[in-house]
Amino acid sequence: MQTFTQRFANPTQFMGLSARLLPWVAGLAAAIIAYGLYLAFFVAPPDYLHGEIARIMFVHVPSAWMAMACYALIAVSAFGLLVFRHPLADVSAKAAAPIGAAFTFLALFTGSLWGKPAWGTYWVWDARLTSVLILFFLYLGLIALRSSIEDETLASKLTAILALVGIVMLPIIKFSVDWANTLHQPSSVLKLSGPTIHSSILTPLLVMGVGFLVLFIAMHLKAMRNEILRRRVKALQLAEVARAQSGQVTAPAE
Amino acid sequence: MSAFFTLVARDLRLAVRQGGALGTALGFYLVVVAMLPLGLGADLNLLSRIAPGVLWIALLLSALLSLGRVFESDYEDGSLDVLATGPLPLELVAAAKALAHWISTSVPLALLAPVLGILLNLELSAYPALVATMLIGTPAVSFIGAIGAALTLTARRGGLLIALLVLPLYVPTLVFGIAAISAMLGPDEVAPPLLILTAISLGAVVLGPLAAAAALRTQMQ
Repeated sequence: MQTFTQRFANPTQFMGLSARLLPWVAGLAAAIIAYGLYLAFFVAPPDYLHGEIARIMFVHVPSAWMAMACYALIAVSAFGLLVFRHPLADVSAKAAAPIGAAFTFLALFTGSLWGKPAWGTYWVWDARLTSVLILFFLYLGLIALRSSIEDETLASKLTAILALVGIVMLPIIKFSVDWANTLHQPSSVLKLSGPTIHSSILTPLLVMGVGFLVLFIAMHLKAMRNEILRRRVKALQLAEVARAQSGQVTAPAE
Repeated sequence: MSAFFTLVARDLRLAVRQGGALGTALGFYLVVVAMLPLGLGADLNLLSRIAPGVLWIALLLSALLSLGRVFESDYEDGSLDVLATGPLPLELVAAAKALAHWISTSVPLALLAPVLGILLNLELSAYPALVATMLIGTPAVSFIGAIGAALTLTARRGGLLIALLVLPLYVPTLVFGIAAISAMLGPDEVAPPLLILTAISLGAVVLGPLAAAAALRTQMQ
């Protein structure tokens, strides 16, 4: 009896399943985001304080959620690689890093655009902004470390170690940055006492959140497929070179 | 345990006799701090206000410079392989090397900080606080740095890469180091930031060698 993850350990099975899933997931992402954008622009009322500009929230907040979720996925993949030696774990970690960095950048960029009219400045050294910026640096570190090591197996293991160190350090970094007083509003969706924002804004926000999640899954599947194909091409090229070399060596002997 | 201290003593002896490395780090520290008033203008009030932060950040950069050689020379001449096959677990080897780095580089940098404080017009009353927080916080600098040094051992562009990997991880040390200094000089309670800084250092002493040894083991196979 194979477990769910064991069945995916075979890249060929993964390729088959992901090829069938991908169009549906991508279509679903487009549909949910389209519906979310409709709700965001036509149903949600403008903010009483910030006016129309507050609608940037419907991109900003889901991006920030995905920025964090993606790092968690990388850490889980790193654990899967180092502990269970799952063959697809490294493909998953490698494919997720640039996507996570992009979501983090999107969260910072939209937040900066929102900050100008709301706070009067593009950037403040507030606790949440700073910790997201440092999360962005951690993503850059993962990508840079991987790209500067030639041997791919070695690069994947070292990047996995760095990802695990990062996930241990992240709460401490977050806590240390929170030490300073904060200008950014505290989290108002994920609370034990229930959300503190009105449902006319909360519903589009959650729809966009689900849309971004499905979008992330679609992009991650596509990136993983690309990575597997890239590795196959490389293996074929290496086999070709090896064949050509053995041909050259044996040719003079004939 | 005697093997551990033998290794620390060997690394310290190498650091002293090879020379150059410590002098370079101290010189770098001096030059960076001396460049700042030139860039910011010679307003003494401003300088004395930002002095603790400047001294801390320059210390992090100077320590980073010397992190590369924590494992590098031993890896190149093969002694790291000998150490790995020896009786000491690789975790303790990494811990010994990080400890030697702390004693040979971080402590001298922390002790030099008050001298540089004079250049920045730092109040004399702040010196004990400055050196105390640096001595408490720098184990985190050396032991977290050892992770970066181990990860970039075989990488190209190791020197720049190590800064990119390690500097974000230094954020808690920096924040609480500064918070402890300002608490000592101001009306705030001193104990919380100082205790948290100690906790970060102790945590780094545990986490650093584990992660560094995992990285070394991967690269020596």
